[in-house]
Amino acid sequence: MYKLKYTSATVFKYLTLVLAALAAIIPILVVFFASLKDKTEYANSSPLAPPTNWLHFDNYQKAFVNGKMLLGFWNTFYILAISVVGAVLIGAMIAFVLNRFNFRGSKILMGAFLLATLIPSVTTQVATYKIVNALHLVDTPGAPIILYLGTDIIAVYIFIQFLDNISVSLDESAMLDGASYFTIFGRIIFPLLAPAIVTVIILKGVGVYNDFYTPFLYMPSDHLQVLSTALFKFKGPYGAQWEVISAAIIITIIPILIIFLSLQKYIYNGFAQGSEK
Amino acid sequence: MSYKTQRKVIIFAFSAIPVILLFTFAYLPVFNMIKYSFTNWDGLSKHKEYIGFDNYKAIFTDPKYFSVFKVSLYYFVATFVQMGLALYFATILSYKLRLKNFFKGILFFPYLLNGVAIGFIFLFFFRPDGTLNTLLDLVGLGNLSHKWLLDTSTVNVALAGTSVWRYMGSNFIIFLGAISSIGKDVYEAADIDGANKWHQFRHIILPSIKKIVQLNLILAISGAISVFDIPYIMLGGSNGSNTFVIQTVDLAFKYGKYGLASAMAVVLLIIVIIVTLVQRLVIKGDD
Repeated sequence: MYKLKYTSATVFKYLTLVLAALAAIIPILVVFFASLKDKTEYANSSPLAPPTNWLHFDNYQKAFVNGKMLLGFWNTFYILAISVVGAVLIGAMIAFVLNRFNFRGSKILMGAFLLATLIPSVTTQVATYKIVNALHLVDTPGAPIILYLGTDIIAVYIFIQFLDNISVSLDESAMLDGASYFTIFGRIIFPLLAPAIVTVIILKGVGVYNDFYTPFLYMPSDHLQVLSTALFKFKGPYGAQWEVISAAIIITIIPILIIFLSLQKYIYNGFAQGSEK
Repeated sequence: MSYKTQRKVIIFAFSAIPVILLFTFAYLPVFNMIKYSFTNWDGLSKHKEYIGFDNYKAIFTDPKYFSVFKVSLYYFVATFVQMGLALYFATILSYKLRLKNFFKGILFFPYLLNGVAIGFIFLFFFRPDGTLNTLLDLVGLGNLSHKWLLDTSTVNVALAGTSVWRYMGSNFIIFLGAISSIGKDVYEAADIDGANKWHQFRHIILPSIKKIVQLNLILAISGAISVFDIPYIMLGGSNGSNTFVIQTVDLAFKYGKYGLASAMAVVLLIIVIIVTLVQRLVIKGDD
């Protein structure tokens, strides 16, 4: 009896896992299939049927060139690089101050950061737009960059949790050697935060890479298109050409897949350590 | 420099930029938004006429504006499905299992994808001759085939489902991290006491990750209320898939109704805050 119950639980466990894996893969896989079919084959085959020629890359060429994907990649890349580096530095600095010093207003400051998480940024976008506009940043890469740098409570939260685990006696012994607070931060704390930094880089990087709303709203010019807005443009002129759209979708997925497969270990560790306690 | 002066310098130097950003891009917009919401400003003219609560009256009396709240309910329900699935898979994958890393990777991967790509993938998935209907035919459930996105009764279920597909992995991986940080000795002690897997989940895992679950729920719920990407990318808000944020963005940037759009945003913000506070009280009450 015990044995039977144990086995059915195991079967159930694997069954749900396989179903979930299929649910995760199939929607992407069929798009990949479609991207390798030519117009006639696409029109005459079931979406679930694999392509007859696995090396038919015409759609990719069309999508890459006509969609100016290279420009999209470049714009995404440098906006992402600046935002992520900035967010890591700013986040680590404010977390250091909030975690290590007890000063008048430190509680209020922490509260102000926490309270800000209650405000979903999409709700305030109408007013934020006016502020960005007043700073003359609309339709420049400065707009998304400054918005991504803004209050990232998740980053601050992750850094603070890590700082909790870094003993204050480390700071104190450095102080006995005459190190300044800046040295302590730069030479001791910041390097020790490395795992947290990786987490924040991944979280922030994913957020920026995937964001559609901000570039769509703040950078309407063609030459400022990022990957999401470049992809979105396929909707109009290629509305009926799903084989080309599919190729464009796969083009945006490939870099993510490569990064994911090569950094998998760090991604999991980052998330695991970031969520401790 | 003495440590006392250094302390002041570093507090100031390290807080200045974050604090300026915080106030400029988090608090100032809220303040301005409230101000705009009492005017009939078109977003361009120098002149803003104060009209009292007229915008708010319009939102709550005109069904055209109010109906978008109903759409949020689909995403709200989906949030709980998403959390449940994430918790289930995180729990079973924290035990010994074949192909553990393979399953972990596959369940998490959708979260890393671009929102526009996901929108397109599911536009393809839900097409009348698309993946879902073909799959249903294949397993003999062809009579369930449907024009998922064209029918107002299924469109929001389909979109909310897409949202679960997209975000489940992120909750899952965070829960998994939290669960794996629980010390092994706790389980061993439980094993000796004869606790089964359900007891372990109920009395060890759940209490240990309560805070993380709570944080995720708050983020997921405010996310559910402020959905934009998926319905906008897939349908431009048509067929009854219009959400609050699509409505607000359209009102402000398409129709130049800044005052009204601001009032909608204020209402949305208040709802998010109320939901969060209620939920915190409920969860705290458990202790």
